[in-house]
Amino acid sequence: MTRPLSRSRIRMVWVQFRRNRAGLVGLAILTMFLSAGLFAPVLAPYDPYEIELESGLKKPGPGHLLGQDELGRDMLSRVIYGARLSLVIGVIAVTIGVGIGVPVGAISGYFGGLPDLLVQRLIDVMLAFPGILLAIVLVAILGVGLVQVMVAVGIVSIPVYARLVRGQVLSLRSQEFVDAARAVGARSGRIIWRHVLPNTLAVIVVQSTLQIASAILSAAALGFLGLGAQPPAAEWGSMLSNARQYIRLAPHSVMFPGLAIMMTVLGFNLLGDAIRDALDPRMRI
Amino acid sequence: MWAYIVKRLLLAIPVILGVAFMVFAMVRLVPGDPARIIAGEAATQEIIEGIRKDMGLDRPLLKQFATFMGNALRGDFGRSVRSKAPVAGEVAARLPNTVRLATAGLFVAIVVGVSAGIISAIRPYSWMDTVVMLIALAGLSMPVFWSGLMLILIFAVWLGWLPAVGTGGMAHLVLPAVTLGMSTAAIIARMSRSSMLEVLRSDYIRTARAKGLAEAAVVNRHAFRNALIPVITVVGLQMGTLLSGAVLTETVFAWPGIGRLLVEGILSRDYPIVQASVLVVAMAFVLVNLMVDVLYAVVDPRIHYD
Repeated sequence: MTRPLSRSRIRMVWVQFRRNRAGLVGLAILTMFLSAGLFAPVLAPYDPYEIELESGLKKPGPGHLLGQDELGRDMLSRVIYGARLSLVIGVIAVTIGVGIGVPVGAISGYFGGLPDLLVQRLIDVMLAFPGILLAIVLVAILGVGLVQVMVAVGIVSIPVYARLVRGQVLSLRSQEFVDAARAVGARSGRIIWRHVLPNTLAVIVVQSTLQIASAILSAAALGFLGLGAQPPAAEWGSMLSNARQYIRLAPHSVMFPGLAIMMTVLGFNLLGDAIRDALDPRMRI
Repeated sequence: MWAYIVKRLLLAIPVILGVAFMVFAMVRLVPGDPARIIAGEAATQEIIEGIRKDMGLDRPLLKQFATFMGNALRGDFGRSVRSKAPVAGEVAARLPNTVRLATAGLFVAIVVGVSAGIISAIRPYSWMDTVVMLIALAGLSMPVFWSGLMLILIFAVWLGWLPAVGTGGMAHLVLPAVTLGMSTAAIIARMSRSSMLEVLRSDYIRTARAKGLAEAAVVNRHAFRNALIPVITVVGLQMGTLLSGAVLTETVFAWPGIGRLLVEGILSRDYPIVQASVLVVAMAFVLVNLMVDVLYAVVDPRIHYD
């Protein structure tokens, strides 16, 4: 049973979290990622879209720390701007997932009955598509492009939240404090909003850290397949898909965007695991 | 157990119908005239009219779905917009390649993952354990399409040991299989380590040691088998990752499988191809999950379903 996130509890969780070295590494990586995303125009040494054909595929050197791509664009600047796009993707996807998944899960779990049954079967169907396949199906409907990918990846995370919150609500709704609220005449909406949902916040936070990572990964994968961001966007996945054909001539152009994806995903995973352990040490594996 | 298997099969039917309905609805959700979308942009008015009649777009939606299901069950997904060949033939030609890739990937994942996990668990917190677990963590965070490119760079471009792309003999299969199996291997390694550690701490292992059994016998005969059960669970849960990883791996290695067919289909707006490949992959996933669930019941006599 998780408790709501009061201020003193957040402090306790932080004390626990600080002891976790892997979690701190994750936090450090994510701080780098966040600053790169937020301050990209300040941090990037060049315009990520500025073409310099005569120095195409140039290896890393003093002027361009990570080298240049096939059109002579600065790789470091493109990787930094890629963080910004990934950040936007992650935030939008999680907003869609939480915004729709949490209410659906809460209502479905609290009221039960036929609506719950229908929602659960729909979720079964959505989860029957392995991994990225559902996102691919949605892109096939919505069309190819970065915005479509953000929406698709967001929709994919809806069933995850809905199922998670429903499970939590199912175990919470029979608790005494919910009975107490009902006894003093609180309406269902108020009970869900004031008494039930705050208790699910902890798992939603943990899930969201992991979900941002998976959204970034899915969007990059779609970009790599050519279904997401289109050239010349400085998006890590589509950068990789572009650089692929120059792998023999310019290995650096394939290395760095992938390294950026890997570090970001690693950071979110380490952080998510650490928060989960700090919130509930018994969940540790 | 048979009752359980039958029940599990029955439960899969609504999911299969739901998946089929989504694939059916897909074309109707794309903005525009479904018949024109199916026929492709270059189609003549005549062809579009023919398809409209076939799809029965003027009839009620459920009737249309029944027609779609009837055709799909007979393996009729219409004709490809691009090649004009029947879609079923294209899918049938690609499917064995994906099955080969996924099987090889699963093999790599289990062999590498279980061995790494056991090596770690036998001497926990040793340098060996630390190194193996760090590699596993890296493997877990690496996007499959990037690890594939890195393997191509190292083993095909720099060392020249293996072919970079395409199909052919076993040599062509090595890099894609390792790419696909890697992240699943990492998860299996972590799971087998913790499961093995747990078992090695249990009373019956202490008993086995106390009666003087050789350590190898304790690990192989007593611990290993019992540690395997949670590992099978993880392998089952990972089948989705493996299938969607196959879609990406196929693109990296220009592997002519069903995932590649799907992506090409979307890029060229060849919707009959898209519908058929999505349906096949999703059905495969549902069936594999079904098999995994049945396998649990066979492997672990303690599991009861009711």
